[in-house]
Order: sequence, then C-alpha cells, then structure tokens
Amino acid sequence: MNFTASKQPENCLLGPESDSQRTLYPYVTGTSVVALKYKDGILMAADMGGSYGSTLRYKNVERMKPIGKHSLLGASGEISDFQEILRYLDDLILYDNMWDDGNSLGPKEVHNYLTRVMYNRRNKFNPLWNSLVLGGVKKGEKYLGTVSMIGVNFEDNHVATGFGNHLARPILRQDWHENLSFEDGVKLLEKCMRVLLYRDRSAINKLQIAKITEEGVTISQPYSLKTYWEFSAFANPAQGAVGTW
Amino acid sequence: MHVRKIIREIRKVGRYLGNYGKFYREGKTPIVLLTKEENLRNKSVRSGKDLGFWGRQEQRQIRTKMDLNMDLNAPHSMGTTIIGVTYNGGVVLGADSRTSTGMYVANRASDKITQLTDNVYVCRSGSAADSQLVSDYVRYFLHQHTIQLGQPATVKVAANLIRLISYNNKNMLETGLIVGGWDKYEGGKIYGIPLGGTLIEQPFAIGGSGSSYLYGFFDQAWKEGMTKDEAEQLVVKAVSLAIARDGASGGVVRTVVINSEGVTRNFYPGDTLQLWHEELEPQNSLLDILNSPSPEPMNI
Repeated sequence: MNFTASKQPENCLLGPESDSQRTLYPYVTGTSVVALKYKDGILMAADMGGSYGSTLRYKNVERMKPIGKHSLLGASGEISDFQEILRYLDDLILYDNMWDDGNSLGPKEVHNYLTRVMYNRRNKFNPLWNSLVLGGVKKGEKYLGTVSMIGVNFEDNHVATGFGNHLARPILRQDWHENLSFEDGVKLLEKCMRVLLYRDRSAINKLQIAKITEEGVTISQPYSLKTYWEFSAFANPAQGAVGTW
Repeated sequence: MHVRKIIREIRKVGRYLGNYGKFYREGKTPIVLLTKEENLRNKSVRSGKDLGFWGRQEQRQIRTKMDLNMDLNAPHSMGTTIIGVTYNGGVVLGADSRTSTGMYVANRASDKITQLTDNVYVCRSGSAADSQLVSDYVRYFLHQHTIQLGQPATVKVAANLIRLISYNNKNMLETGLIVGGWDKYEGGKIYGIPLGGTLIEQPFAIGGSGSSYLYGFFDQAWKEGMTKDEAEQLVVKAVSLAIARDGASGGVVRTVVINSEGVTRNFYPGDTLQLWHEELEPQNSLLDILNSPSPEPMNI
C-alpha cells in the first residue's frame, strides 16, 4: 500500500470544487450493447465482461436488467454508475407501484426519465459514465431507445453502444427488416456479437441475449460463440509476402 | 545555491531531451525543475480560472504526469496483494504485509485484513489512509446496525456499506477492498469493491498491484467446492507467488479463515513459504557454505 499524496495536488486552487462529485474517468467498464426490434418485442445482447483498463478483470457482470414490468435496460461504460442508475430506477418503479392505480411505467416513460437524469448530470459536469439502451413492449407497442452519457437520446429499430455503433449498426442496417422472427433476430444479434468479439479488444466470449415481449423479460443463461479461424491466409500469412503480418 | 545552479544547467542542456523534453517543447516548464520561488510566482498566473473547467483538469493532469511520470487515465495499480476465496463452508482471506512509502518499506509486518464485525472482515489495498478510514466508518455503522437489528450483520450489508462510501467519494478515495465473511443466511461470501465503487459478488477475488501476476494462476488453479485446507493453501501459494514478482508486496502472508465455527487467524513467515524460480535456500552466512563438505563427485 502506498502513502500516496491525496488526489488533490497541494498547490491546486480547487476550492469548493473539491466537495462536489465528478466522475472524471471510468474504472470498471462494460463494452457494447446491441439491440433490435423483432416481431414480438425487443432482443438485446451484451457480453458479461467488466474491463479494468486493458485488463479483462471481471467475467460475470450482468449488464442487462429488467425494469418494472415492461422494460429492459442494457448499459455500457462504468459499472458502478450503472449500479447507481439501477437504484434510481428501483425508487422510480417503487413510487409508481405505490400509486396502486393499475397503471405502470412503460419503456417510453423510463427512457424519458433516464434521459433527464443523464442530461442533468452532464450539465453539472458530473456525468454518469454510461451509454444506455432501453427497450420494451407495452400494450403491443414496441419501443427501443438509447441515451448516452451526455444526454443524446433517440429511438430506432436497432441501436448499439460503443464499438457496436461502428461494427454492428452497419450489419443491422443491411440485414434488419420488419417482423423478424425470434430465430432470425437471435441469429442477427449473434452475427453482430461475433464481429464484436473478433474486433473489439474489450469484448469477451461470454454473452447473454435478452428478450422482452408483452409477456415479460427473459435473460438467457451465459453462453459462448464459436469463432472461425480456418482461412488459409490465417494459417500462413507470410506466404505471398515474406515479412508481412 | 549549488542546487539552483544545477537546476539551471539541467534546464539549459536537458531541454528538449529526456522525459521532460516534451513539456519544454510545449512551452511549459516542469514543476519539478522550477525553484521554489519560481513555482510560487507562477502559482498566481496558473490559477487556471481563465482556462475553463477542462483547462483546470488538464493542468492537474500535466502536473501529476510530470511529477509522478504516470498516465492519470490508466487505472492505478496499488501496492499490495489481497485475495478472498470462498470454499465449501466459509471463506479464506489472505494478504501480504508490506506497506510502502515510495521505495521505502514503512511497515514490513502490517495487517491488511481488518475486522468489521465478528463475522465479516475486509482486505485493504491502495492508499493506507483511505482504506483505514473507510473500514473505520463501516465498522462504526455496522456496529450500530447490529444493535438495531438484534443479530449479526450479513456480509452483503457490510459490502454495501463499503460500496456506498467508495462510490459516493470516488473522486477523493484511492482504495480497492475485498469484503469476506460468513452469515447464517448465505454462508461464506466474497465481495470485491474496486476503484470507482462497483460492487461485485465473486466466488474468489484478487486485488492490489500483486494481483496482476495472479490472474493466470487463478484461471488455472481455482476450482469450485474446495475444502478449507485446500482453499487456505491456494491463498498462501498465490500471495507467495505475487510477493515473488511484485515489488510492492512482501513480508509475511496473513490469512483469516471465517466459517460457522468462528474466525481463525494464521501467519506464514517468509521462510516457511516454498521457493520459486531462481530463489535460493536462505543461509546464515557464506561461511557455512564454504565450510560445508564439497559435493560428491559424479559417478559417470
């Protein structure tokens, strides 16, 4: 253990700033979340990794959680902030239930709440360091939206966070169509997750796929994807050009 | 006087070269090479109010980078090796015993496994002060909670209190903790609370700078449902391996075993641990080696 200097350098004129909390940088982070609308509701996929810098430190982190009766929340970014968001949502759902009026918060309302929380924290220079994906079905209406740590929010037929935006969205733009069956949706998500596994350094080969329909939420058991390495050029990359990589 | 002259020489000759060259090329003088008066003079100019919010942070980053030669945005590695392992019936917590201030070993026999309640202990890593204060607060809260509850606190409650303090003060604290204990509802449980205040329940947890050397070891050696002795031996072996390679870890291996029967503290001094690669059997003196009988000739 070190007797290191406190995080505030001594001759820094911080003043009242030192009392307020500011998440300046994330420590334990989750990588991409990918989600799409299908015939019966929403399908969402995320791996179970919690990275600590470049170390793949935690391999059993559930980054998707059900919210109330009608929503499913997936998060990437700082895990401690995600845990705090879950606490805020616990309170929100509790208050909603305590009205006991037969009404319950739908995915659109939860998404709006999260947007307000994220945007207001960003305005105070104290963001919750997460990118969130909120999906759900209420009264037959499917809803899929996303909020970033700076409060950018929108809804779409398919969304992704982090690397997923760059690697998964193009695949989804090409292959997604209305009224996908459950099997097609899962295959499409797995296609995206496999690419992320190949090309995202912080991805691990242990993922969960969650589905939310009018009936409720199901989060699959953790499982791994097979990967393909049998290209002849992989076995012998230097054949055509000695010294290449 | 002499020192000031040297500093001036360094500045003339060493500019643009070496670790500090980068800062000179950017037009900034590293604080470590300013004399005290110059630094004080610059302070008023460097108030940073004109730089906006991120300017202040960048200033802080540059200063810390220069002083400590480190990248602020990489996770801090913390001196120490701490381990918590569940087994069939309880938990085993383990730690080394080295407390360092920079390069000096301030305490070579410290106790990093701290009691929170009769049945819950915590392994501390990172800043000694931060981890001690957090444990003190949590011990205080848990004591009150136990009185109000009328029965021993659960490990989950202890872990959540630690998380509460770690998360809500994340900008101020630099400590990673492993909470382990036994309660009648869940049995033996281990919770890891790294930097940032994430709470994560695990069958085993490792922390501190020495833990970097143990990820591979645990991937291979860990198995579910070990006995108490297997678990304790695993912990001792692991801490000892980390001590062998991590400069910030050393001294003795301390373990604490917690189960339904109670708490047992154990102490393994360095000379009782097995030797690893390129480590030699300790001797009293060279003279003993010289005076001992020479080895038998080979029988070819």
